[in-house]
Amino acid sequence: MLNTLEPHPGGWERLATTFVWSAAALVTATFCWLLGDIIWHGLSHISWAFLTTPPRNAGREGGIGPILVSTLLILGVCLGVAVPLGVGTAVLLAEFTTDTSLFGRLTRRSLDVLSGVPSIVFGLFGNAFFCKTLGLGFSILSGGLTLACMVLPILIRSTEEGFRTVPTGYRLSAAALGLSRTTTLLYLLLPAAVPGLLVGLVLGVGRAIAETAALIFTSGYVDRMPQSLLDSGRALSVHIFDLSMNVSGGDSHAYASALVLIFALLAINGATSWLTKHWLSRRIVTV
Amino acid sequence: MKPFSATPDTQPWAPLEQRPACCVPKPFIEVEQLSLHYGQKPAFHGVTLAINQGCITAIVGPSGCGKTSFLTSLNRLTDLIAGCRVEGRIHLDGLDVLAPQTDVIHLRRRVGMIFQKPNPFPLSIRKNLEFPLREHGLRDRERLAGAIETGLRDVGLWDEVKDRLDSPALALSGGQQQRLCMARALVLAPEVLLMDEPCSALDPLSSGIVEDLIVSLRSRYTVLIVTHNLAQARRIADYAALFWTQNGTGRLIEAGTAKHIFGTPHEPLTVAYVSGMRG
Repeated sequence: MLNTLEPHPGGWERLATTFVWSAAALVTATFCWLLGDIIWHGLSHISWAFLTTPPRNAGREGGIGPILVSTLLILGVCLGVAVPLGVGTAVLLAEFTTDTSLFGRLTRRSLDVLSGVPSIVFGLFGNAFFCKTLGLGFSILSGGLTLACMVLPILIRSTEEGFRTVPTGYRLSAAALGLSRTTTLLYLLLPAAVPGLLVGLVLGVGRAIAETAALIFTSGYVDRMPQSLLDSGRALSVHIFDLSMNVSGGDSHAYASALVLIFALLAINGATSWLTKHWLSRRIVTV
Repeated sequence: MKPFSATPDTQPWAPLEQRPACCVPKPFIEVEQLSLHYGQKPAFHGVTLAINQGCITAIVGPSGCGKTSFLTSLNRLTDLIAGCRVEGRIHLDGLDVLAPQTDVIHLRRRVGMIFQKPNPFPLSIRKNLEFPLREHGLRDRERLAGAIETGLRDVGLWDEVKDRLDSPALALSGGQQQRLCMARALVLAPEVLLMDEPCSALDPLSSGIVEDLIVSLRSRYTVLIVTHNLAQARRIADYAALFWTQNGTGRLIEAGTAKHIFGTPHEPLTVAYVSGMRG
């Protein structure tokens, strides 16, 4: 019975099917080639020593220990600032402003424009504002704060979406039970909005950890082990850029560093979703 | 046919003529010249109605005549809707409901509400009841457990769920979810229960169980129920009110005892509606 309802594939449909499949195959193949190339050239250099020792001879030899530490510190500063600010703004936008209010529309429009701004512009802004005006200099703090500015729009918008996907029924029934707005927000809406926050976090972290342009101008090039957040520190992406562009003979270590970067990204994504699942299962029980 | 019984002590509904004098005709909620607008659009206008204590009052009428809006103005859920404006007077046992200084949290504790679509929170069955209780100050574990059991027994759900209180509420069937929502409202010991078509999203079997449950609440709570199901209103209500859309806004056409509205209504619209000729 069902078979009679299915259209018989004509010439155009076959062509369309072929096109769609080829496009998907092309994208997948490109990614696999890229990953394969990095693994092929980089895997042999990965060792415990590579991950823990400082670079020597401009990075041609030695490891990436201090660079990993700097990267994690920059990321920590970025998330430590961006997550509370992002969730706060998302709550304001989703729960306390309407779609039509001037304030809400202005904020959303500004965020949409900001999320499309090239990272080099954020880098120059960070350099002018954090490094010079606030006097933080080339430092991990400046770099983290600049990255926070960069990922905030993505984080806010996707968390806001998370809040908006929570059924209105929860809000109404919570209000009808005489629950305060704060309780509703903390115990019902926030856990239910976590998937949205997670998407924003993964996108934001992805953008932050792979960022080069914004960091060259703010956290700097220094590849020594940072002693404080006010020290300059070289991020992994900057290290890869430097090795492949400015250091002849640095290619093999650039590949190895890129491999570490990709694995770090995968690990962060995996850990975030595991944590959220674990946390959600305690806070929220769905079918 | 004998109706489905939620609890053994539930009184089956009696024919209109033999309806027990469950409630003294003492107004508990008095509504005077109440009007509600969403922005410029009027939902209903000039409603004056007294709702008697301990009785079941059914609000009937076609879709879009402001029945639900009327219900939500009684517990000020309308505060949550941007651009919603309520005018007139609502007195609940002497409390001026619409006064700005009225504590809405306290008001909503006195006036519970059940929605058309069952909407348990995405928490466990136990947490669904524990959460509002804790919010209203009950923290003692034993008393919490007792209140939860009583609440679930009140809605005939205890035996069905007592072994899986920590499983997700959303895994319950539609009818069970609706009864859980009723238990969630009842554990807070409200005086009034507003019900917005509580059976319309349920299958006939669950609908019967919930209906019996509503009947069992008579005299303990003042129940206001919006329903599209005239047969249901006829079966369970002590009082009834007909809303209708006139000149683009909802109006109260006629209100009185269920016997009067379904038996000898005065207004031609009521006659046409209850006889099934209109609406």
